[in-house]
Amino acid sequence: MARVRWLNTPDVFRPFEELQQLRKEMDRLFESVMGRRSWPITGRVFPLVNITEDDNAYYIRAELPGVKPEDIEISVEADSVTIGGERKPEDVGKEVSYHRKEREFGKFRRVITLKAGFNADAVEAVFKNGILTIKLPKAEEAKPRQIQVKTE
Amino acid sequence: MSEIRAKEKQEVQRTAESTRNVPIYIPDVDIYETNDALVVVADIPGVSPENVDIDLRDDTLTIRATVDLYGGNERPVLTEYEMGDYYRQFTLGRLIDQSKIEASMKDGVLTLILPKVEKAKPRKIMVKAV
Repeated sequence: MARVRWLNTPDVFRPFEELQQLRKEMDRLFESVMGRRSWPITGRVFPLVNITEDDNAYYIRAELPGVKPEDIEISVEADSVTIGGERKPEDVGKEVSYHRKEREFGKFRRVITLKAGFNADAVEAVFKNGILTIKLPKAEEAKPRQIQVKTE
Repeated sequence: MSEIRAKEKQEVQRTAESTRNVPIYIPDVDIYETNDALVVVADIPGVSPENVDIDLRDDTLTIRATVDLYGGNERPVLTEYEMGDYYRQFTLGRLIDQSKIEASMKDGVLTLILPKVEKAKPRKIMVKAV
């Protein structure tokens, strides 16, 4: 779509286009300043997850420091994975006075839906140094297929 | 009450640039005091116990932790958080017995027990009835 410049044609002032242009500029500016922090600002539910893939599997990872492995519940359905659990505070006894209390505790639950297929029976989960890794082996149809070019 | 004051460095990389190209985060901490010790609990997920460096010099406690980078040869689908190292410094307002500091790591949580020196422990003063 051709954009009509306001300065050239003041009679066709289009405030929304101008605003959109401004928004794009702002986004670009933020991205250049914030750099790596350009994650989607969609609904943020604890725990935050990173999803990656290779040819054979998807990997869902979440930072869950201080959560005991037995307090993490993972359930798998045809196209979704649910991470639930509780982060319980450590028992510190009664005779303490707090200087700082920044760490948060409580229950959590998050459902992650994946578009492409995975083999729900072969899902594995590992918890190490406070990082949960769920490995979802790809279903055959989700794997990339290599096509050999034949010479005749 | 507040004998520990945090020196939060929001932009660690500005003072001295890290050799690793990863962000450096300020870990969330709980700090509490018992009769015998000051306890620092810090969330540092992704760090192996051997990669935590604790330094107490004069009255400054420094926690440095290097994250084990993971998933490097996988392709990102969704990235909501970044992996990074951790750095945080505290000024200790009371005397700590440096020889008895204990540090332990479990499930990405660092617990530091900083015993108070004998003379800093609270003494009960008996009020005598005359």
